[in-house]
Amino acid sequence: MNPQSATPIIEISDVCIFFGEFQALKDVSLDINLGERTVICGPSGSGKSTLIRCINGLEMHDSGSIKVDGELLTSSRSSLRSVRSKAGMVFQQFNLFPHLTVLDNLTLGPIRSRGLSQKEARDIAMHYLERVRIPEQSSKYPRQLSGGQQQRVAIARSLCMEPKIMLFDEPTSALDPEMISEVLDVIVELANSGMTMICVTHEMGFARKVADKMVFMDFGEIVEMSPPKKFFENPNSERCQDFLQKILHH
Amino acid sequence: MSILRILGIAAVASALGGCSSNWGWYVVNPSTASGLSNLKFLLGGLYYTIALSVTAIAISITVGLLIALPGLAANRALRNVNRLYVELVRAVPILVLILWVYYGMPQMTGLSISVFWAGVIALALSDSAFEAEIFRAGIQSIDKGQYEAAHSVSLGYLDTMRFVILPQAIRRILPALGNQLAYMLKMSSLVSVIGMQELTRKANELVVTEYRPLEIYTILVLEYLVLILLVSAGVRWLERRLQSDQSR
Ligand SMILES: Nc1ncnc2c1ncn2[C@@H]1O[C@H](COP(=O)(O)OP(=O)(O)OP(=O)(O)O)[C@@H](O)[C@H]1O
Ligand SMILES: [Mg+2]
Repeated sequence: MNPQSATPIIEISDVCIFFGEFQALKDVSLDINLGERTVICGPSGSGKSTLIRCINGLEMHDSGSIKVDGELLTSSRSSLRSVRSKAGMVFQQFNLFPHLTVLDNLTLGPIRSRGLSQKEARDIAMHYLERVRIPEQSSKYPRQLSGGQQQRVAIARSLCMEPKIMLFDEPTSALDPEMISEVLDVIVELANSGMTMICVTHEMGFARKVADKMVFMDFGEIVEMSPPKKFFENPNSERCQDFLQKILHH
Repeated sequence: MSILRILGIAAVASALGGCSSNWGWYVVNPSTASGLSNLKFLLGGLYYTIALSVTAIAISITVGLLIALPGLAANRALRNVNRLYVELVRAVPILVLILWVYYGMPQMTGLSISVFWAGVIALALSDSAFEAEIFRAGIQSIDKGQYEAAHSVSLGYLDTMRFVILPQAIRRILPALGNQLAYMLKMSSLVSVIGMQELTRKANELVVTEYRPLEIYTILVLEYLVLILLVSAGVRWLERRLQSDQSR
């Protein structure tokens, strides 16, 4: 795959987001190519979640523009729906639907918004549950699963919408240490299958393994953006060096 | 079980009372012909008490939900619609509302209204303001992440409410909804003033002919007690069922 020749599947240009007086994103521009795997890191409060959330309209940008697979993201219902069907989101806190079984968690979106039949949705759900390696849990409720299993269900739920892009916002930071790898393994597998993904994480081992592009954010800005080799060995900015030193040496 | 125990205590108390010269239980003694027909007369009000309350609560829950939704909107004008309705309706005493709907409204609209529907409208209207507040609190208690997850699988507003938010909110507000039904059963007694043949009206009428207010109103108290204990048992059963739904 040659990223230079492709047209970007996500184009973020000069995006600003304000929360009241506070500016959470300052003129952020970022292009993501089809099949590219991007890892975003940076200190707490630097705007990582805000950036990844604005890609599928969970936060609305106040200025600048965002295009997802050719579709300009606006606050109109049709734009939001179409962008969200292209970009699946996995949350730090899983956000499974606690009153629904695993299977119903997975089939709700496909049935209601993709218009699939019960049977089609079920088949897709079982397919993805197998991919995240928990097909046997399909009739359980979320609270009966471990954190790692819940997050894998959440990943499967997003995949059932058959998105072109997967967004992960610190998918492992709410997990007990022994469950982190089972979730990362699933994400690595997904990355190897060619899925375009953006992942906010501080798991640098994982980042080295899968990332094509590393992004470092601080104070609402993208401070450093480079391939992983350069990023880890020889980052340009001092802030990024400091940050890496802190998280790699602890 | 608790229902049986309380009824048992009540029965013992009344039996003891029967020994005293103050009591005259013969008036509702089912082993005599007149007692039996009096008892049947009193219980004849059950149908309208239940029909009134159940119809009114069904309407008030629906209206309450519809009023709660604009109360949760980002748009301030919509939120004000909710505030205005709740504050206004909540300020009118139920009895006043019953009188107004039955005697006042026909003058305004030119259409006469049956006692039953006047009662239903007044009860439902006044309860809907409380239901609206209950729903608003219940919906607000659902984590923001649930909306975000629903949006991220492309659900629209109505589907998000119907399949994700309301099922969870209703589980949480079930005890409060049960309270409102119990309250409604009691408030339905006020509809007796416009001539609804429900439990209280029946008791009033029998008191006038038999002149045994102590026994007859005691029976009336027990009738409401049984109804309300049934409601709380029902709500608890429902709660347990929905609970086990999630942890089977
Ligand atoms: N809804 C909001 N209202 C007000 N301020 C917000 C809101 N969301 C985020 N912020 C602020 O915007 C800044 C960026 O937040 P964001 O969640 O994007 O940071 P982050 O890089 O993801 O941090 P973390 O590593 O802690 O998750 C923070 O200072 C945060 O307090
Ligand atoms: Mg964050």
